[in-house]
Amino acid sequence: MKRSEKVIESFLFACSLLTILTTAGIISVLLFETARFFQVVSIWDFLTDTEWSPSFAKEQQHFGIMPLLAGTFLTTFIAMAVAVPLGITIAVYLSEYASSRVRQIVKPVLEILASIPTIVYGYFALAFVTPLIQHLFPGLELSNFNALAPGIIMGIMILPLVSSLSEDALYAVPRTLREGSYAMGATKFQTAFKVIIPAALSGIAVSIILALSRAVGETMIVAIAAGNKPTLTFNPLNQVQTATTYIVQTVNGDVANDSIEYKTIYAVGMSLFVITLLLNNISFWLKKRYQQVYK
Amino acid sequence: MAKKLGKRMRQKQVRKNKWYEYQDKSYKFIALAATGIGILVLVVLLWDVFSDGFSRIDLKFLMDSSSRKAKNAGIYAALGGTLWIMALTTLIAFPIGIGAGIYLEEYNTKGRMSNLLEINISNLAGIPSIIYGLLGLEIFSRTLMLGDTAITGALTLSLLILPIIIVSTREALKTVPYNLREASLALGATKWQTIWYQILPASIPGIVTGAILAISRAIGETAPLIVIGAATYITSVPSWPNESFTVLPIQIFYWIGKPQHDFQVNAAAAIIILLAITFIMNGAAVYLRYRWQKKIKW
Repeated sequence: MKRSEKVIESFLFACSLLTILTTAGIISVLLFETARFFQVVSIWDFLTDTEWSPSFAKEQQHFGIMPLLAGTFLTTFIAMAVAVPLGITIAVYLSEYASSRVRQIVKPVLEILASIPTIVYGYFALAFVTPLIQHLFPGLELSNFNALAPGIIMGIMILPLVSSLSEDALYAVPRTLREGSYAMGATKFQTAFKVIIPAALSGIAVSIILALSRAVGETMIVAIAAGNKPTLTFNPLNQVQTATTYIVQTVNGDVANDSIEYKTIYAVGMSLFVITLLLNNISFWLKKRYQQVYK
Repeated sequence: MAKKLGKRMRQKQVRKNKWYEYQDKSYKFIALAATGIGILVLVVLLWDVFSDGFSRIDLKFLMDSSSRKAKNAGIYAALGGTLWIMALTTLIAFPIGIGAGIYLEEYNTKGRMSNLLEINISNLAGIPSIIYGLLGLEIFSRTLMLGDTAITGALTLSLLILPIIIVSTREALKTVPYNLREASLALGATKWQTIWYQILPASIPGIVTGAILAISRAIGETAPLIVIGAATYITSVPSWPNESFTVLPIQIFYWIGKPQHDFQVNAAAAIIILLAITFIMNGAAVYLRYRWQKKIKW
């Protein structure tokens, strides 16, 4: 092999090695700063304390991650409650009912939803959806910042992810299964729900878990419309603070470089990283299994 | 007696079949409605943003910079910063991403290393963007002491979109049939010559499509840039990458946070510009893919 070829190959190898370095960088940065955080705050307090108030005076400081996680899970739960039923229904419609023409039009239109910057969704949730809910249900005590509106809009944001990936999974189910079902006299509905969906279940699960992970890590929608009060609540009408929102709002203020407050953003980031990593690996594992079934 | 029973059973079956048919039809209706909801939200969102902000857009809005008075404020600095970030991110992320894609698809032999790279890249794609912000803050901004400058922003976003570029490059390379490689190698071309003169030209539209989508994703990213400390109040376009900067999404975030209504109007107007850029880029990608698929038939 010529020397120049070797040089090119090592350059290309270095490029792909950079992705490993990125992961190593993320993990070491998070570990290093989180370790310094846990020198001051005990892990037990971090996991069990039900109050989060790092910016308070020293005697009243509390570092319990639970309120932030409650906010994160609340908005995520609302998003999933919107995206999963809608997404799967759309997927079934596109793969079993719609003509290929309809599919060709609807799929890209839905994918526009995924290309909209999340800051735009944040504006929409705050300036349109919250007032709309307040107007439609005057009895509801919905504060201007709440978990409900950003949760719903986040559901719309991840809708294309669920519908598109689920449709791929449904579409991949072999034709013979459909034909067998129709030959027995089953309707499209029966075929879809009793044959196709069970056959594609792991593929659908992959799409749901990926959407879940996306919702947990989503930042701007909740940073704009969900508020900034860390409370251990599961009431969607209240304002909440999510893990991502906390990071944005803390770096956006003035935080001294070496203060404990500065280190909190890394501890919160670490928690976020661990949760999403777990979810991503579950979906990866599921995907592997599911691909083996249809080989 | 038996005849009568048979008739009853038949009637029962007919009723059942009617119910199944009804079930099938109503599900189709529900499914249409579900699809409609997705599209309806999109339409309402666009309508809301346009009705809030369209009247605010004029040449002055594009040419003015941030100001404490809403009526005097414009997006000049933010638009300039966005263009800087786009250019720098393109320069950094494209060669690296495409290079890594070529290595993984053309050179890498199946083995433990390739498995590790594969799992790692799919994991990177799932890490929340705000975590990349923390990485950029610690590594580029503090350790390498680049500060809250445009180059820090571009480096951070480059790492963020790298997985997308790598994956789409690999997909594009996969579509090139194997006999093209064999023909080239059989004529005595080296591996790199084969890639450079045969494989890359054949797959370039696919690679470019993925790259455009990656950049249009980067334009909309807000959280990592806030974390690395992109300024919210800035009045000039950076003249060089080592200066502080702001981008459209951050300008929008800053305006949304203001209580005065006029700033909300500004935010909506800036959103229209941001959406226009995003849609134009996505449209270009869709068009490219369409033309490519039509033209090349192996």
